[in-house]
Amino acid sequence: MAFNIYDFTPLTKSIHDALAASLNPTATLAIEWLIVGVAYLLFVALFGLFLVYAERKVCAAFQQRLGPMRVGPWGLLQTIADFIKLLMKELITPKRADVFLYNLAPFIVIIASFMAISVVPFAPGLAAFDFDIGVFFVTAVSSISVIGVLLAGWSSNNKYSLIGAMRSGAQIVSYELSVGLALITMIIFAGTMQISGIIEGQRDLWFIFRGHVPAVIAFIVFIIAGTAETNRGPFDLAEAESELTAGFHTEYSGIKFAFFFLAEYINMFIVAAMATVVFLGGWMPLHFGQFEAFNGVMDFIPGLVWFFLKVFAVIFLMMWFKWTFPRLRVDHILNLEWKYLLPINLMNIILMTLVVLFGLHF
Amino acid sequence: MTNDSLIQSISSLLPEAQIKMGFEYVETFIPRENLHTFMLQLKNNPEMYFDYLFCLTGADFEDHLQVIYHLESTTHQHILVVKVKTADRVNPEIDSVTDIWPTAEPHENEVFDLLGIRFRNHPEPRRLFLDETWGYPLRKDFKDDIHVVSR
Amino acid sequence: MAEYKEILLTSDEIKTDDYLVNMGPQHPSTHGVLRLLVQLEGEKVLNVQPHIGYIHSGIEKMTESLSYIQIPHLTDRMDYLAAHMNNEAVSLCVEKGLQVEVPERAKYIRTIFDELQRIASHQLWWCAFGMDMGALTTFFYGLRDREDILDIFEETCGARLTLNYSVPGGVMFDIHPNFQRDVKAFIKKFRKKLPEYERLLTGNVIFQERTKGVGILTKEEAIAYGVTGPSARASGFSCDIRKKQPYSAYPYIKFNEIMGTDGDTFTRYHLRILEMFESMNIIEQLIDNIPEGDYAVKMKGVTKLPEGEYYQRVETGRGEFGVYIISDGKKNPYRMKFRSPGFSNLFAINNIAKGWKIADLVAIMGTFDLVIPDIDR
Repeated sequence: MAFNIYDFTPLTKSIHDALAASLNPTATLAIEWLIVGVAYLLFVALFGLFLVYAERKVCAAFQQRLGPMRVGPWGLLQTIADFIKLLMKELITPKRADVFLYNLAPFIVIIASFMAISVVPFAPGLAAFDFDIGVFFVTAVSSISVIGVLLAGWSSNNKYSLIGAMRSGAQIVSYELSVGLALITMIIFAGTMQISGIIEGQRDLWFIFRGHVPAVIAFIVFIIAGTAETNRGPFDLAEAESELTAGFHTEYSGIKFAFFFLAEYINMFIVAAMATVVFLGGWMPLHFGQFEAFNGVMDFIPGLVWFFLKVFAVIFLMMWFKWTFPRLRVDHILNLEWKYLLPINLMNIILMTLVVLFGLHF
Repeated sequence: MTNDSLIQSISSLLPEAQIKMGFEYVETFIPRENLHTFMLQLKNNPEMYFDYLFCLTGADFEDHLQVIYHLESTTHQHILVVKVKTADRVNPEIDSVTDIWPTAEPHENEVFDLLGIRFRNHPEPRRLFLDETWGYPLRKDFKDDIHVVSR
Repeated sequence: MAEYKEILLTSDEIKTDDYLVNMGPQHPSTHGVLRLLVQLEGEKVLNVQPHIGYIHSGIEKMTESLSYIQIPHLTDRMDYLAAHMNNEAVSLCVEKGLQVEVPERAKYIRTIFDELQRIASHQLWWCAFGMDMGALTTFFYGLRDREDILDIFEETCGARLTLNYSVPGGVMFDIHPNFQRDVKAFIKKFRKKLPEYERLLTGNVIFQERTKGVGILTKEEAIAYGVTGPSARASGFSCDIRKKQPYSAYPYIKFNEIMGTDGDTFTRYHLRILEMFESMNIIEQLIDNIPEGDYAVKMKGVTKLPEGEYYQRVETGRGEFGVYIISDGKKNPYRMKFRSPGFSNLFAINNIAKGWKIADLVAIMGTFDLVIPDIDR
């Protein structure tokens, strides 16, 4: 098997050939799905663990303390210990909760996150699906999680959960618009919705530099709206600890709470991944057009490493927001979206269209 | 206003008031029936203008119950202590001054809770600290064998 | 086919139910055991009814069986963030009754401790308030610097929170030899840190949106509801006891009474930060001039206050704390009443919070700086 760290296409092709040679097509397909599914499950689990640990360390750094240090060297095994504890907890269902919906809600939320991850390109040739409507698919599928949130709040039979779920529902539905429009701005620039096409178009220079003013505006809007979509940072009133104990997931314990918790971090990863793909070049190293020597040096680092570095940078930015700013009130959040972000987005689309039409980009 | 002119004004306002000079402030005893009108005059009179009620206490003297009001004027900077007593220990009732000073509302509830003095025309009488199973702990004859250890 | 009627709903016909939500007694932002019964319509607050008594310990009844020297040690527990000021209030009241003059050294020491306590109390308020607003980092920053003050307290008094230091006659021990050096080092450090704290919250747009114009308390309301302390000074009600009826070493120093005009949450917040600066100014005026001499007057073993009534007022971080003693000449007080600032402040919230949202209720309660044992005694 040809294992090339810079391009995974030969690896996947050789696995596929090996399977197709010995089994009939349906079995090949089934086994490939199985392999991809297990790989993604492992990735989600491990990456979720890592993100939780990273959050605690980053938070501790902002608060001038050390964070987890005792469980394992430098506290690395802390999240594993936390998850084992969560798995062993008693699953308490509130007395008159709607049992079916109560159990269904965490699954909906985690399924939405899984579906969105499937199109994320980690390296050349290492994306599960590569539709021609890739970006659109991600926006569509991540909207499913709002159903899970509303169901969780309603079925818990708890006023606090209901208030939290209502707030969260209103917020997510509003900010989807901004996320979608910011992505559309870049799709206009790229000319295609297919993710591999978008990344290819950034071979000379990343879109955030190529589409100067409108791309930077779109990036800022996307980061703000993406943070709001994931109920994080200054927009976390759905789970505002100091006001409503834990908002929509107050009544969940054990593994179901772990699903909500994990889904929040995976959503953060998806927002960061989309930002990376559309603005920062995905797995494409930083090239500056004609400087061959510079490009050569940049190419030395594999695409997989570039991707994760960019994703971590965006995630660090989102964590920074959370630990610095106070929380916004619900009407401020909705104000921000409908009165500020949406008009800015619409203007930006017009601006980007003009830029593309008249070729005013690099 | 100095203490002497205060004593003058009060005795001209209500001749039945028994006034004396306490350790620091002027203290006056008012008959129960005149309480509300007298307090209203204290607040509205521009010379005296007692608009700040900073302490409302109840006390149990062996044969009577007293309610003590500490009043201050934010404009004239003088302080007056008004006392009212009632000899009825079974069902003591005094007029409420909540309509004159809204701060009296929780203080009167506290006096009711701990001493048992009811206030007429109080907007929301309720026990604040204790529940219905308790008597009135600040009274001198309060005996509680379960919760209180006495020598 | 069933007929349908077109139903036109006018806004006064649509009746959405109000619902009651319990905030507390266990709640992360009420800072103590306080239960608020909030009547809500959607997000809007219609009525707030506080239910207290969860930490009522009957301190006033207890004082009737304790001697005058024992009582200050009990008052630490009432408003634990102003423990020294509570001790001092009782001590001053007893000294007033016995007509005892405290040595100058004790007066200076008491005032310096008062102001250090005020800074520590406001630091804790700031960090908890930031946490309520959602800026979780402020909790750690505020507590980190408060540790310096608590170390100073521990050196001299032996305790960090319930200081137990002022007694009738003076103070219990002399100050530690390192006291002046430590206090000066702390002030130097804190003067640089406090502007950092201001930058984190005061200029932040999100914070200003949430606090400016929210929960306005007018001056007439503040006087009528008996609100005192920084919460009332923000509305323009000049009620600083340190200026009106100075006690201990306050007559010897110059300081400003910080006032505001708007009476909204932001003014109450900003006023406390400015008060911290002012406290540092006061300490600087006093710390180098502590006179030599005794730290206490020798009191008789059994003190009996002459018959009569005595009232002493002290300015704590929350407002006016009053001690009222009715004495009948015996060795225990006949009746002792503590006028706590939190009690009056709490019951003014209902008036202010009507019409605002739940998040604003949390902000308003944060700026009133309630300590529940102070309310419940």
